[in-house]
Amino acid sequence: MSLDRRTTIKWMFAAAAATPSLGAFAYTPEPFARDLAPGQPGYGTDPDLMKEWRAGGPWPLTLGVSARLTTIALCDLIIPADDVSPAASSVGVVEFIDEWISAPYPQQRADRETVLAGLVWIDEESQKRFGKRFAALAEAQKNTLADDICSPAKAAPAFATAAKFFAKFRDLTAGGFYTTPIGMKDIGYTGNVQLEKFDGPPLEALKKAGLA
Amino acid sequence: MPANMSFISSNEADQNTYDVIVVGSGAAGGQTAYTLAMEGARVLMLEAGRNYQPATGTPMMQTASDAPLRGASTPDKPFGFWDATVDGGWQVPGEPYTSASEDPARQFKWWRARMLGGRTNHWGRISLRNGQYDFRPRSRDGLGIDWPMDYKDLAPYYDKVEMLIGVYGGDDDLENTPRSSSGVLLPPPKPRVSDLLVKQRAARLGVPVIPMHRAVMTKRLDHQRLPQLLHPGNPKAQAILAADMQKRAACFWATPCGRGCSIRANYQSTTVHLPPALDTGNLDIVTDAMVRAVTKRKDGGAEGVVYVDRKTGAEHRVKARIVVLAASALESVRILLNSGVANSSGKVGKYIMDTVGAGIGGQIPLLENMPLHNEDGADFGHLYTPWWLYKEQLAGKLGFARGYHFEFGGGRRMPEMGTAAGLEWLNGGTYGRKFKQDARRYYGSFVSFSGRGEMIPNDDSYAELDPMVKDRFGIPVLRFHWKWSEHETRQAAHMQKTAADIIEAMGGKTSSAPQSGATAIKQGGVIIHEVGGAIMGSDPQRSVTDSYGQCWDMKNLFITDGATLCSNADKNPTLTIMALAWRASDRMLSLMKRKEL
Repeated sequence: MSLDRRTTIKWMFAAAAATPSLGAFAYTPEPFARDLAPGQPGYGTDPDLMKEWRAGGPWPLTLGVSARLTTIALCDLIIPADDVSPAASSVGVVEFIDEWISAPYPQQRADRETVLAGLVWIDEESQKRFGKRFAALAEAQKNTLADDICSPAKAAPAFATAAKFFAKFRDLTAGGFYTTPIGMKDIGYTGNVQLEKFDGPPLEALKKAGLA
Repeated sequence: MPANMSFISSNEADQNTYDVIVVGSGAAGGQTAYTLAMEGARVLMLEAGRNYQPATGTPMMQTASDAPLRGASTPDKPFGFWDATVDGGWQVPGEPYTSASEDPARQFKWWRARMLGGRTNHWGRISLRNGQYDFRPRSRDGLGIDWPMDYKDLAPYYDKVEMLIGVYGGDDDLENTPRSSSGVLLPPPKPRVSDLLVKQRAARLGVPVIPMHRAVMTKRLDHQRLPQLLHPGNPKAQAILAADMQKRAACFWATPCGRGCSIRANYQSTTVHLPPALDTGNLDIVTDAMVRAVTKRKDGGAEGVVYVDRKTGAEHRVKARIVVLAASALESVRILLNSGVANSSGKVGKYIMDTVGAGIGGQIPLLENMPLHNEDGADFGHLYTPWWLYKEQLAGKLGFARGYHFEFGGGRRMPEMGTAAGLEWLNGGTYGRKFKQDARRYYGSFVSFSGRGEMIPNDDSYAELDPMVKDRFGIPVLRFHWKWSEHETRQAAHMQKTAADIIEAMGGKTSSAPQSGATAIKQGGVIIHEVGGAIMGSDPQRSVTDSYGQCWDMKNLFITDGATLCSNADKNPTLTIMALAWRASDRMLSLMKRKEL
């Protein structure tokens, strides 16, 4: 999906009924995101399931440097390091999001529009409020911004579109993170190991659910 | 695969002579070829898709992050990247089908696969028997069509199929939910926490929960006992089967069954039916063979079939004493219509049925923050709810005539894209360390209920040849007509309401409110249980075949797939298709022995 930044911003703010200053983006190196190659094929209806698939997917990644920096910052705002596991960007989630929005399938193309427009918006909003791009904000500043858009139900009407973007971006970040070995361990998945027998739940699990 | 496997080319097949041609290699084709080859008939199997070897082609331990897009569904792989389906899904490139109506509610979706073993490679392995009511629906409530047979006619074949393929289940014996003979089933897997909580709370609503029956080996098959029961008086078949059973491993309690199983712990035609059948030396298989039509002898019998080699585009003709269509219900209908045979009744294409599907999910606080434990189990379906309101229904208290069952699931399953997605309805929308805590808290606390119910055949749901559209081989394609009746939409509403009640009884809340039946019901075909289209019967003017799938108009043409089913009980049809195919194959063997065919 070709994405002209000016069109994107128009689209974003048509919903939010506000007009941004385009000058705020002067720092953005081009391209923000490369166009998808016309006719880019998917992996087809009979992909080789036994081969090792390249991290980042079978199609070219398209995020530009600036968009990538914003993506890193946003991923790590949603899933930062804590005492259980590291931040999302350290386990390949940025590359995954790039893979997702660079894929030639309808769902991913629709998400591409949402994500690219949202990345543009969040940098512009950061400039407006704090005079810096999003990636350069202090944690408290990022949180102030995130608090306005993290809840689709509670977001003010002016932030409704941005909140939809944030929800989509959070789902992609979480999907990318919790499917990695580190993310699976964090969330408490202990399966995908070959067992001699299946014992069912331990007693303490049954007790917790009031079943023993 | 066995050393003397017989995958042959189209040109080789042209030179050979066969007793039986079997079109299709899935549940019906696999079972038919197995029974015939094990009992000495010379069989040619034609499969429209490519060859497929589960032993080397199954991604067993790969995780979502090993796949493009974390394995998410795409139009190329609608059930996700690791799903076993090859060259298939809701669309097959170059092989369209059409709908007569532009209204989505009147359209039919058709899942196909183009691979050896067909859809058995990815299916859910749920293996439920029809009960006695299911063969006599019209006699019981005045609706639909009676079968020309009873439960007792098929019961011995249900036993045989279950012993051959390996099915786990319990020994419950509930109304219209028959038990298997003693010594037939494998033990069911232990229930998960969520299963037990469903069982405890559903009981308070009078809803039963019992072990599911699925074609997954919870222990190895008894290779000393079973072969004699399956092939009495046939030491060669017994020896081949005993040897093959020893090559099948029991489930190792990991990886989703829909990927297929390289250790052969679950049933798919390619791991259970075809290896021993090939070992007999009586089975040849041609893959990439797209059958266009049944050809006719001068005396009106079936001569053989004509097919297109998908790789070369060349047309081939093969001949045999008997032709069996086992191409999947609707593909067999298409072949019949394109052949212009076996349709003096005008019933070919009529009475197409799918399963009614509707469901709802929810979140259960009691299942939050569970201690770490491995809940992979046998993938899914450790327990289920069989239909329980037969008496209320017959008394007319429900507003719909036929029943459904619940398949339900939950647990701490292998993470995928949706695992921590969309939590806003629970936590309002968080980020940062709080989001990570929420993801841990809610992981494994969700349950989902899928209602699967009986559709009554009707005059508005049928297939015909599209007068204009052809596939890339020049073969006319099917055009579908579809309509749910109120028996189905009311049933769908009842499914959602009941599931919501169970979720509430578990102390949880549903992720969405129950909808109207017409909104809740899945589109026709979406449950992928399509049957009918060439129904069996006792009257040649109102049916296409007899109870053995033998066509009234063409005595050496048989149909052994789901096309002959007169009703589509809520019980998933694959086990019944296999039992019917075994019974039909026994009939073919006896008719050939008596030189009647």
